[in-house]
Amino acid sequence: MNCREAQELIHGFVDGELGLVWNLEMERHIHECPGCSGTHERLRAMHTVVSDNSLYFQPPAGLEDRLRARLRKGSSVENRAWTSLASWRGIGIAAALVLCIAGTWQVAMMRPRSSTTETIGQEVVASHVRSLMAAHLIDVPSSDRHTVKPWFNGKLDFSPVVADFADRGFVLDGGRLEYLDNRAVAALVYRRRQHVINLFTWPTSEPDWAIRTFDRQGYHVFNWTKYHVTYWAVSDLNSEELRQFAEMLRNMD
Amino acid sequence: MPEKAELARFEQVVLPHLGAAYNLARWITGNDHDAEDVVQESYLRALKFFGGFRGENSRPWLLTIVRNTCFTWLRQNRFSELSTELDEQIHGREREPGNPESMLLAAAQSEMVRKAIEELPPEFREVIILREMEDLSYKEISAIASIPVGTVMSRLARARSKLQELLSRLRTSGVGA
Repeated sequence: MNCREAQELIHGFVDGELGLVWNLEMERHIHECPGCSGTHERLRAMHTVVSDNSLYFQPPAGLEDRLRARLRKGSSVENRAWTSLASWRGIGIAAALVLCIAGTWQVAMMRPRSSTTETIGQEVVASHVRSLMAAHLIDVPSSDRHTVKPWFNGKLDFSPVVADFADRGFVLDGGRLEYLDNRAVAALVYRRRQHVINLFTWPTSEPDWAIRTFDRQGYHVFNWTKYHVTYWAVSDLNSEELRQFAEMLRNMD
Repeated sequence: MPEKAELARFEQVVLPHLGAAYNLARWITGNDHDAEDVVQESYLRALKFFGGFRGENSRPWLLTIVRNTCFTWLRQNRFSELSTELDEQIHGREREPGNPESMLLAAAQSEMVRKAIEELPPEFREVIILREMEDLSYKEISAIASIPVGTVMSRLARARSKLQELLSRLRTSGVGA
């Protein structure tokens, strides 16, 4: 493990979110690297300081009694402007709405900055690496595109193209949500033998362009845009086979 | 009007998390009065939705409602705080803020730390509270804040680095020392 990878994962490490294998890798690296060991110490010290009881706000005296009384009456303070959302029928609807509002909010607040290809390329590789290391590769495990595609409904403001190339040796493994270029995007996971391919996709206002390739941190990256949807395929698979995968996708209609 | 038995069950399952609910609301709203309003409103909503709650773990469930009530409140009352654009990326190694021991020893004065956390954008403050104070997992935080798990990690990374920066700035300017 190098320092770049370690810095990427060190938060997952202090938070106990890495699997056994990566924990051991991290422990070994921290043991050997004074720089990362310093970061580790600082993060632990910060946890001690922030989790101190003196920073935890205690509810004021009487709040619990006031609350019990309000709950018995079962009435909401409907007259306040910000409680107008209180008439939701169920947590399901509520959660969906909040997700919707939050989604629109993020899109509205964050769209103005359009990242450069270079930045997105870095984000894409970092996201690929994280997905492999933090044991969070898949939210919806399925090789059936009719299961994977609908899973994104309500989670994204677009419907991603989910293709299946199992007959040509690229097996769909599932999908998950990711956050790239300041927006929620679809990540589709494919496997070719033991190699994982992450395919990130989201709509863009930019014009279509042909396949471009980059190499970064030992990973191959293929990027293209078609019909105003941009695609980023990342893998440690050899460049030839990844190109074959990219071309199959791009030539689909 | 809730049924007696259901209300009793609600009080038994959800009221014990009043401390966590208040702490989160107090940190996000920034004052006692609004925190209490948000908590009361959240509990009333929670009671409404309680019939649909099937989970085992009621604390993250309640905190999801508190969190959403908080952000609705922020949107209507502190719009400017929310418009800060978040930089979610992890930028390799963070800048080293001097000698870590001495810095953190000095920062151990809780007043300084409190000020630093208060200065974080609400989205950063939220993940710090949920992770460092409530000890919730990335998965739970991801559900509460409606963000992917990978984003929980990168947002925590940014939040901690920002917090580090604020602490060393406050220390230099002598606040709380």
